[in-house]
Amino acid sequence: MADTLFHKVWNAHAVRTLPSGQTQLFVGLHLVHEVTTPQAFDMMRQHGWKVAFPGRTFATVDHIVPTSTQRRPFLDLMAEEMTTALERNCREAGIRLWAPDSDNQGIVHVIGPELGLTQPGMTIACGDSHTSTHGALGAISFGIGTSQVRDVLTSQCLALDPLKVRRIDVTGQLHRGVYAKDVILTIIRRLGVQGGVGFAYEYGGATLDAMTIDERMTICNMSIEGGARIGYVNPDDTTFAYLRGRPFAPPGDAFDRAVAWWRQMASDKAARYDDRVAFDAAAIEPTVTWGINPGQSVAVSEPIDASPDDEALAFMGFEPGARVQGTRIDVAFIGSCTNGRLSDLEEAARIVRGHHVAKHVKALVVPGSRAVKRAAEARGLHEVFIEAGFEWRGAGCSMCLGMNPDRLEGRQISASSSNRNFKGRQGSPTGRTLLMSPAMVAAAAIAGEVVDVREMLKGVPA
Amino acid sequence: MTDQPSALSPQPSGSPQPSGAISHVSGRGLPLRGDDIDTDRVMPARFLRSVSFEGLERHVFEDDRLANPAHPFNDARFNGASILIVNGNFGCGSSREHAPQGLVRAGFRAIVGESFSEIFQGNAAMIGMPCFAASHEAIDTLQALVETTPDVVIAADVASAVITAGALRRTATLPPALRDGFLSGQWNPTLMLLDHFDEVRAVAARLPYIRGF
Repeated sequence: MADTLFHKVWNAHAVRTLPSGQTQLFVGLHLVHEVTTPQAFDMMRQHGWKVAFPGRTFATVDHIVPTSTQRRPFLDLMAEEMTTALERNCREAGIRLWAPDSDNQGIVHVIGPELGLTQPGMTIACGDSHTSTHGALGAISFGIGTSQVRDVLTSQCLALDPLKVRRIDVTGQLHRGVYAKDVILTIIRRLGVQGGVGFAYEYGGATLDAMTIDERMTICNMSIEGGARIGYVNPDDTTFAYLRGRPFAPPGDAFDRAVAWWRQMASDKAARYDDRVAFDAAAIEPTVTWGINPGQSVAVSEPIDASPDDEALAFMGFEPGARVQGTRIDVAFIGSCTNGRLSDLEEAARIVRGHHVAKHVKALVVPGSRAVKRAAEARGLHEVFIEAGFEWRGAGCSMCLGMNPDRLEGRQISASSSNRNFKGRQGSPTGRTLLMSPAMVAAAAIAGEVVDVREMLKGVPA
Repeated sequence: MTDQPSALSPQPSGSPQPSGAISHVSGRGLPLRGDDIDTDRVMPARFLRSVSFEGLERHVFEDDRLANPAHPFNDARFNGASILIVNGNFGCGSSREHAPQGLVRAGFRAIVGESFSEIFQGNAAMIGMPCFAASHEAIDTLQALVETTPDVVIAADVASAVITAGALRRTATLPPALRDGFLSGQWNPTLMLLDHFDEVRAVAARLPYIRGF
């Protein structure tokens, strides 16, 4: 019978129906980092529980690592303690860890796909809500809490209720200067920050088909911002080409056999969905948030909605009906699990080349992983950014969240390629975040204020 | 470990964690109005810089409380409340369990709200704190009642999901699996997941990416 990838993957990983009626679901790949796991390992020690499948869990450090210098011991004693705890826990359990001095360290959602750990048809869990990112390769991938991390470590399973599936079709040609980030911000704006609760989002349509894996990751990454714990794209030739030759991808002939299974796991054409919505890519403009949740956004050419949320307006300092375009910024941040991959840096560099960051702006580029950093440097991108006045940092979550030294101060306004504009998200309780594509951040850094990147691209060869 | 100083007056702390079957929760309420209150607001990220959950009760809503002296968590009339009453999409955003951990450690034993993020509701269940969902009308009425009568005792029955407060009575919902878990005391599923471990091994052995393509 025709079915969706979600149900096929779910059924392939269902161990049994629990007395509660929930499914005991096997987790094929478990990713861990330093923030949401030490308590899980401690709970296991208290009970004398061991890690059931240490070979199915992989670890790195990303949230608390400094990005200015990554030499150990970290000057930040708590970062050092959390890193040391992860190192000890992984060593004792036999879990593979990419520590801060490893060539493959990086944001967990950047390194999983990059290493080929993330594969179609898998179930993937991680104590981080942006685990939805991995759905870009056709995995069923979701964020969990620390008690669930403990359960996955102990049993490689979770007790879960199945979700409904909403198909989101995006068709048509994206205009120049409009990116995957604008697509997902537009989807969240229309469907709401709560619209995805109870659903897995399946993204498809000609626009998604034409996207690279990096672009699909940006879209799946922010599914959780629309309330959907899971977002995915069916695996296709783009997926297979991306995976071939990656360190953890099946080698040699096994890869072709894997492709056959991966194709089989994709949603069937006749699959039925619990809901369907459609978007016209050609109607999407460069999009910026004006408020305190990722659904509060406008096209850069538009004024803020007529009936906005007063609390959000007051916090952000916008008048009703105001325009975000022209807002003076203090900080420009390019990075994060949403937009910290090589293609994001390449596009930002195209805009930055030959320009200089406005005098009053502090601008950072933070590659999502060490591999991204190396690849960017091999292309000379770091020189473009440094010459333009950006700081070129080490890999980590950086200013996406206030857990490391990269933070906003006071009421600073940040143009950010990250995923959340919540109050206090970037480390200052009164700091303000405007979410946008990395190209828009690059343009804002140069102009010193929010501008329409399409204007800036007029002088850049296509 | 989380001995980071709080700029705020101490919260009631160290109340024993929930354990065993949970069929009924009752206590005074704390009304917290507003939709889309995310877990960064419940527990700002800097308090996740720790290897334990200890002390998190001191930092619940810390930034919101500092920004707003009239924040309900600063209102002495609600001291000792054990039922939080919220609006829509409570707990959205980050999957940090530190948010429900902080609330439980601050003495909350149930949340009644219009709706919850799935991850938050699941994390709360894993540590024995049911999140009941009720209509906008029910929540608004309940919040207004507690705002005018902070001493009113709210009672939430897990089996029926009926919420009562004085003469007020409203029916809420609780996902059936979570409800059954609270009633049986098996809301922490680890042992259940280990119960049939041979079946877990069997699933692993037949998955092509584990068995080998």
